[in-house]
Amino acid sequence: MAKPELMDYDKALELFEPVLGFEVHVELNTKTKMFCGCANEFGSGANTNTCPTCLGLPGGLPQVNHKAIESSIRLGLALGCEIAEHSRFARKNYFYPDTAKNFQTSQYDDPICHDGSLTIELESGRLVTVEIERAHMEDDAGKLTHMGGSTGRIQGADYSLVDYNRGGVPLVEIVTQMIEGAEHDAPEIGRTYVAGIREIAKALGVSNARMEEGNVRCDANVSLRPRGSKVLGTRTETKNVNSLRSVERAVRYEIQRQAAVLHAGGTITQETRHWHEDTGITSAGRPKSDADDYRYFPEPDLVPMAPSREWVEELRLTLPEPPAARRKRLQADWGFANLEFQDVVNSDLMDAVEATVAAGASAQSARKWWTGEIARLANAAGVAADSLVQPAQLAALIALVEAGTLTDRLARQVLEGVIAGEGTPAEVVASRGLAVVSDDGALIAAIDEALSKQPDVLAKIRDGKLQAAGAVIGAVMKAMRGQADAARVRELVLERAGTAESGSVE
Amino acid sequence: MSAITAEQVAHLANLARIDLSPEEITNLTLDLGQIVDSVAKVQEVATSDVPATSHPMPLTNVFREDVVVPSLSVEQALSGAPARAGDKFRVPAILDEE
Repeated sequence: MAKPELMDYDKALELFEPVLGFEVHVELNTKTKMFCGCANEFGSGANTNTCPTCLGLPGGLPQVNHKAIESSIRLGLALGCEIAEHSRFARKNYFYPDTAKNFQTSQYDDPICHDGSLTIELESGRLVTVEIERAHMEDDAGKLTHMGGSTGRIQGADYSLVDYNRGGVPLVEIVTQMIEGAEHDAPEIGRTYVAGIREIAKALGVSNARMEEGNVRCDANVSLRPRGSKVLGTRTETKNVNSLRSVERAVRYEIQRQAAVLHAGGTITQETRHWHEDTGITSAGRPKSDADDYRYFPEPDLVPMAPSREWVEELRLTLPEPPAARRKRLQADWGFANLEFQDVVNSDLMDAVEATVAAGASAQSARKWWTGEIARLANAAGVAADSLVQPAQLAALIALVEAGTLTDRLARQVLEGVIAGEGTPAEVVASRGLAVVSDDGALIAAIDEALSKQPDVLAKIRDGKLQAAGAVIGAVMKAMRGQADAARVRELVLERAGTAESGSVE
Repeated sequence: MSAITAEQVAHLANLARIDLSPEEITNLTLDLGQIVDSVAKVQEVATSDVPATSHPMPLTNVFREDVVVPSLSVEQALSGAPARAGDKFRVPAILDEE
């Protein structure tokens, strides 16, 4: 498709004011689906977790998952929402093959949570409070794979395949109010807001909250209005923007695209747009039309919900410290510079570092190991760093380094042993024989031998060419199979060379 | 005289993917019109002190515990499918998207 014209971002902001809105879908990590007892998991082959209810077969009868309601209420409370005293499900009717029932069970005029807010902090320090209109429950659709055609996209596909394992999985859809006054920060507000929702869902434990797995998905609404106008522009809704970076890019792209269209005298069509991760552009989907006449009506197969105030207050007591507050507290406790702390946060290692510090390690050592060696090994193995080693094991390893039992190099070998399941750090040190040789006698014997083999080096050292000692240190480290503290060896080499000199005077 | 028009019936039929002949549309326009008129009569009686009712039973909070129960086998799940490919349902291409 032809690339549309884009206006320079700064110029677009000069001429127009962006107005934003976000719909974030959070997939809950309940054991079962929203309305049936099929497992909420996707690993075991296509269409293995289906039943008459989630396939929309005759005779299927939905039953509300208690845990899903609990998770939704907790998520709503963490977003400062009111919890409805009366809430019910509704059918959203449309035909699409990923929805076997020919309707989505959602909520319309009585969402379970409403009127909340989330305050986010931008990199500049600017605080933005995003008002949340509602957070309602619904069930997810199945997964479509488009076959044939040239692109693997819907366009030109010959047919599609459907796996309904995800059909019926519980979702909470969080809908913001219009966000005005975003100005140049609009893309960053999008990214930071979605990051904030993700972080809260993760802290609550109500979702696996992995965007790359589709546990958190964002639809971004963008419209522009000319400076000085009070009339809202026509908005577009960019669907399924599935990484934080993409949220930022998609918002920025739509601002630039819409500004170019409007400035050239064109009009914006109210439509769904698709985000293309590879090319970084959005393309038109279907315009709002008859197909959006969803004919919502109350779900007759499910009775209303009336969460008791006692239950809501009980759930409020289970809320964890808000992630933003926790971040501030931990950064202060650990004394990390902003970049150091960001590194930990971006690598998803805050919990790991916290647990390692709690197990007795210094914060800087814990950070260094998690974001350094462990992250490197995890990256090579294609797994999450915090799945490789227990924080307590790492703390024990760090203690061995600080006690001088291990050098950093030896500690890396011990870490490999621990990861390979050879036991605790102390056990690996013993079984692999990796402790530093701290017995000066053994070191001195090796040094004297090395010096006697390299009399030229000895002569240079005595001439004050201390850098020549490197050759002897290398030989000694080799003799010790690396298990010596190089700094201590250097000290001893100079001492022995000196001793030999003074000895010759006697 | 009912507020339902033949255009509305045709529109609804299209949304519901029901293929109606012109005669059926004419008849349904009359039938649905009568139903709407009847409901309107009920609404005249229901004053503002009668709350809108979506569920006739005075029941709330009927929940299921979050416990996995066995699903259908893949063969059972696909047994009613008009077409399949491997373990997936096979459906016609969706043309009016993207």
